[in-house]
Amino acid sequence: MSFVQLDHVSKSFGDLLVLDQVSLEVERHDVVCLIGASGSGKSTLLRCINLLEKVDEGRIVVDGIEITNGRVDVNALRRKIGIVFQAYNLFPHMTVLQNIVLAPKKVNGTSSRESRLVALELLEQIGLSDKADEFPDRLSGGQQQRVAIARALAMSPDLMLLDEITSALDPQLVSDVLSLVRGLAETGMTMILATHEMSFAREVADKICFLDAGVICEEGPPEQIFSNPSEPRTREFLARVIEAGRL
Amino acid sequence: MHQVVQTFFSPHDFRLAFPNVWAGFQVNLKLMVVAEALVLVFALAVAVVRGLPGRGAKPLRALMIAYTDFFRGTPLILVAFVIGFGLPALNVKAISGRSNFTYGVIALTLVYTAYVTEVYRAGIESVHPSQRMAARSLGLSYWQSMRFVVIPQAVRRVVPPLLNDFIGLQKDTALVSVIGVAEAALQAQAYSQTYANFTSYTVAAVLFVLLTIPLARFTDHLILTRERRERAGAT
Repeated sequence: MSFVQLDHVSKSFGDLLVLDQVSLEVERHDVVCLIGASGSGKSTLLRCINLLEKVDEGRIVVDGIEITNGRVDVNALRRKIGIVFQAYNLFPHMTVLQNIVLAPKKVNGTSSRESRLVALELLEQIGLSDKADEFPDRLSGGQQQRVAIARALAMSPDLMLLDEITSALDPQLVSDVLSLVRGLAETGMTMILATHEMSFAREVADKICFLDAGVICEEGPPEQIFSNPSEPRTREFLARVIEAGRL
Repeated sequence: MHQVVQTFFSPHDFRLAFPNVWAGFQVNLKLMVVAEALVLVFALAVAVVRGLPGRGAKPLRALMIAYTDFFRGTPLILVAFVIGFGLPALNVKAISGRSNFTYGVIALTLVYTAYVTEVYRAGIESVHPSQRMAARSLGLSYWQSMRFVVIPQAVRRVVPPLLNDFIGLQKDTALVSVIGVAEAALQAQAYSQTYANFTSYTVAAVLFVLLTIPLARFTDHLILTRERRERAGAT
């Protein structure tokens, strides 16, 4: 059985059907990239996987546990699933270090000393050791986003969900964040990314899913999707992306 | 002119009235400190309960709304009468034998908690939902995200309006004189009735103003530094 399995998942906000019978399988250590226009349902799909959004229909199974049956311990589930948002969402009243140690300390009960050590190690990994005691508003967007990734990693998740994490960044800051994600992929982290960075998706993904109007219109290995898409809508989308100079 | 000075600003009466009014003013200070401490705690609790999610918490939310609506709409002087004269009349041992000071604190706390609840609530609501979402996504429970992420940010934001309400509370400590708490206004009244001179009120007024000015300037300072920081953050 796949590590993450979505089975005919539907979700609407009011009258708007955002996900329409979406099925998706993600194997352990796989990197799956969700591409598609804004509003196609990428973010909602990610949020459903860690229950930030409740699905209306369908089943989601993570690591053999059905998480959509209403009896699952959401906090326990979220411990295993890290999510990083487009807008970083660091806690502005805490230093970088405090941001990273909060969940390990309060959720996992890790000692202050140990969670601090883990945090410092992560900060070194993301090249921000010197920012440990700074507040987030003193950091650039790219730095904040790297801290947000470190904050999620501090919980040693089995799965990382990355929701357009470079979309709010200035172009020159994108590469630092992407190389961090690339490194994460190399360590074998299972990841699902919603992204507009097509060349990056092509490079790191094991599987690309093209979403259109809440439906996975086409999925397959990057080579096939980017070089030889079979669906007209995929072709149309990619043509527009190329026109915009994003691929 | 001479008449005005003699009636309201007589140096002789100022000296004569000062000791008693000052003693009374210390009661105001005590009322203020005790009531403010209680208000800070209770108002936060009411605000949090009022913000509880889910259908199950609806009766609790309704109760808190009823409380704030009632006590924000009722003049403090009425609440003071009801508490200060009503509770003793009840003849229930636990609540009827208390000092006027205690009744004064209860009345002030009841009314000001209702105001300050709204201040806290505005603060809690001003914290962007994405903060709560980020906290929950890390596995923090509802209470943990409130405790460590939402409330600390909310409280920081509402310090200036909170101080403003406390300036109001400081002044309103004088109102509980109506239930016989021997605070500054009551002492001033006693003096004026004995000596047919109103300078004692001036003494009390001066003391209140002297207490309020530093707090008002401090509030201004906080607002200013916050604006500066936010303007710096926007560029």
